[in-house]
Amino acid sequence: MSDLFYDAAPNATRVAPPLPTPRQYPAKPQQVYLFGTCVVDLFFPEAGLDAIRLLEREGLRVHFPQEQTCCGQPAYTSGYTEEARKVARAQLALFANDWPVVVPSGSCAGMLRHHYPELFKDEPETLAQVKALAERTFELAEFLLHVCQVELQDQGEPVQVALHTSCSARREMNTHLHGRALLAQLQRVERVEHDHESECCGFGGTFSVRMPDISGAMVRDKTRALQDSGAAQVISADCGCLMNINGSLELQDSPLRGQHLASFLWQRTGGRP
Amino acid sequence: MSQRIPVVELSSRDLKRNARQALGDSQLRGNMRSAMDSLMAKRLASMPDEYEREHLREMGNHVRARALSKLPELLERLEANLTRNGVKVHWAETVDEANTIVLAIAQAHQARQVIKGKSMVSEEMEMNHFLEGHGIEALESDMGEYIIQLDHEKPTHIIMPAIHKNARQVGSLFRDTLGIDYTEDVDTLIQTGRRVLREKFFAADIGVSGVNFAVAETGTLLLVENEGNGRMSTGVPPVHIAVTGIEKVVENLRDVVPLLSLLTRSALGQGITTYVNMISGPRRADELDGPQEVHLVLLDNGRSQAFADGELRQTLNCIRCGACMNHCPVYTRIGGQAYGTVYPGPIGKIISPHLMGLENTPDHPSASSLCGACGEVCPVKIPIPALLRRLREENIKKPDDPHRVMRGQGSKYSATERLVWQGWRLLNTSPLLYRLFGFFATRLRSLTPNIGPWAQNHAAPKPAARSLHELAKQHLEGK
Repeated sequence: MSDLFYDAAPNATRVAPPLPTPRQYPAKPQQVYLFGTCVVDLFFPEAGLDAIRLLEREGLRVHFPQEQTCCGQPAYTSGYTEEARKVARAQLALFANDWPVVVPSGSCAGMLRHHYPELFKDEPETLAQVKALAERTFELAEFLLHVCQVELQDQGEPVQVALHTSCSARREMNTHLHGRALLAQLQRVERVEHDHESECCGFGGTFSVRMPDISGAMVRDKTRALQDSGAAQVISADCGCLMNINGSLELQDSPLRGQHLASFLWQRTGGRP
Repeated sequence: MSQRIPVVELSSRDLKRNARQALGDSQLRGNMRSAMDSLMAKRLASMPDEYEREHLREMGNHVRARALSKLPELLERLEANLTRNGVKVHWAETVDEANTIVLAIAQAHQARQVIKGKSMVSEEMEMNHFLEGHGIEALESDMGEYIIQLDHEKPTHIIMPAIHKNARQVGSLFRDTLGIDYTEDVDTLIQTGRRVLREKFFAADIGVSGVNFAVAETGTLLLVENEGNGRMSTGVPPVHIAVTGIEKVVENLRDVVPLLSLLTRSALGQGITTYVNMISGPRRADELDGPQEVHLVLLDNGRSQAFADGELRQTLNCIRCGACMNHCPVYTRIGGQAYGTVYPGPIGKIISPHLMGLENTPDHPSASSLCGACGEVCPVKIPIPALLRRLREENIKKPDDPHRVMRGQGSKYSATERLVWQGWRLLNTSPLLYRLFGFFATRLRSLTPNIGPWAQNHAAPKPAARSLHELAKQHLEGK
């Protein structure tokens, strides 16, 4: 019988395979690409520009390929896999040098890093290229923290902020940890928790227009939690969530607004008042 | 009794409408939120060490994947070993076949009353309704199921069928249906229910139960429960009929150990349930109690369709703990009944299309923000968001697509929507077109339309004055 219940021993996990190792980060390079993402491009371009400025301040030369469009995520998550693959393919050729690709959005970074290999799994030649791209794709906060190893000097007034992290950024890129670590470097910024902080804001790309009732209930709960947190400002590293949260706050005539992490960091550290 | 509004069975085809109704029910929203918060906290408290937890999940996934990789062989071994133990094994491809088998057994014993332990497969079969149609009373003995049955409702959760009700609502229900004085005291309510049910166990001709794990190597049916009603249902009546899905088989008892650790912790944050029943056959000659006959009905009901596809097969890893529901922001807000399916929540959205066809669950794959909370807690690591995405892909296929994967594929095919995505693709594969679009979208930003469903929850979106393409170009070339 003792053999039968071998697996129930306190150290039962010894028979399980090891967990994946945490991501290893390269040394700081001299040049990087910025993949701006379509939402930043049209709705939050300042955030993209501030990302460039933050990277430049770390001594990096930033390249922004003008041919870039969208990572393909909206079609991919909607089930239009072929359309997503075509759009993804159009981005692949733009990052030919082996410089890191920095993305000011966790969910788009996750698309490049985790879903592109899935999209091209049946094309061995492309797959090698895609995997190499995935390997050098970084979300901005992660890149600043672990590759640039930034040391931020807070120059702003004391302020309380709430941090919202997009779900795919959280689960695919650990952006919540990176965002917190960056905010913690700012001495006069206090990050306050909000109710059900890890819960989805209800955006989910096309989910927000396919299921407006459910999505609306989610964003109303999220914005209430943010308003109740006492934070003067909402910070997020994902502009999809910011569109959703800000659009809802504006509809509710709330003065509270969300700002992209890159813009917040740039402003706090003397970029502009 | 007249005060209560009978709950009409909600259709799985009307998920959006059902959800809208549920969202407006503040009592339901409050009950669900506090119940799910408590369940999430309990789960985490029972598995506080991330390293151990993740290893255990990894092991659970391996055990289930291995079992499914040799499913046909394991099912044959299960049948052989159960038969050797004196259990009669029946195979049912459809719920109709399963019900017919159960009815034949009941009629052979001239059964009038059936007492049931909790079984989601029997819900799939709508066994109670079917048996009642043949003059056989089927009574639920799980307290949650009993409450639901008294209120003519459908379960809202696979583990806690009445979780959407609070003590006040159950107090009113028991007052109206059992004739007791109104009370909100949970202990009094539970004791009342138990007293009523206790008599029924001894009066029943047949006990019906589900199965948590069917062990191939030993021919053992394993059943976990906390109320003792499972043991009573399977041990007291002269005949026991277990019903389960074909995917519930595992290779051996060692495999059960990690799965059991995961199941009870993920479901209720329990280290182990109060009862763990291991049923290995009917009463033997030298035994004093137990049923004289034990039957197992193995139901397919669309499971082999999921099995046939390597990716969708992972759906069958499920050990029915309900953790995905407890952590789902959609489920927490709309409750289980809005789905109109036996299995609600994230797992329901990926299994129901196989059981009922996508034509009957057209909106289920889309009713998710793909936030990933479900996949993160699934004890057997079913990639639920990836499977939802895959079902969306099946759902929008052309109905005449020669590659047949599942029943009802293409149920959301829309030529117009496809055209929109083709336009989107054209825009995003043509850099020049994209930049032209960006140019006009920013210059004409005050004309941006606030389209219907977006406008429901948001102020009008407004593009920036200049796109990042322009700002970056200006900035980088200015160096």
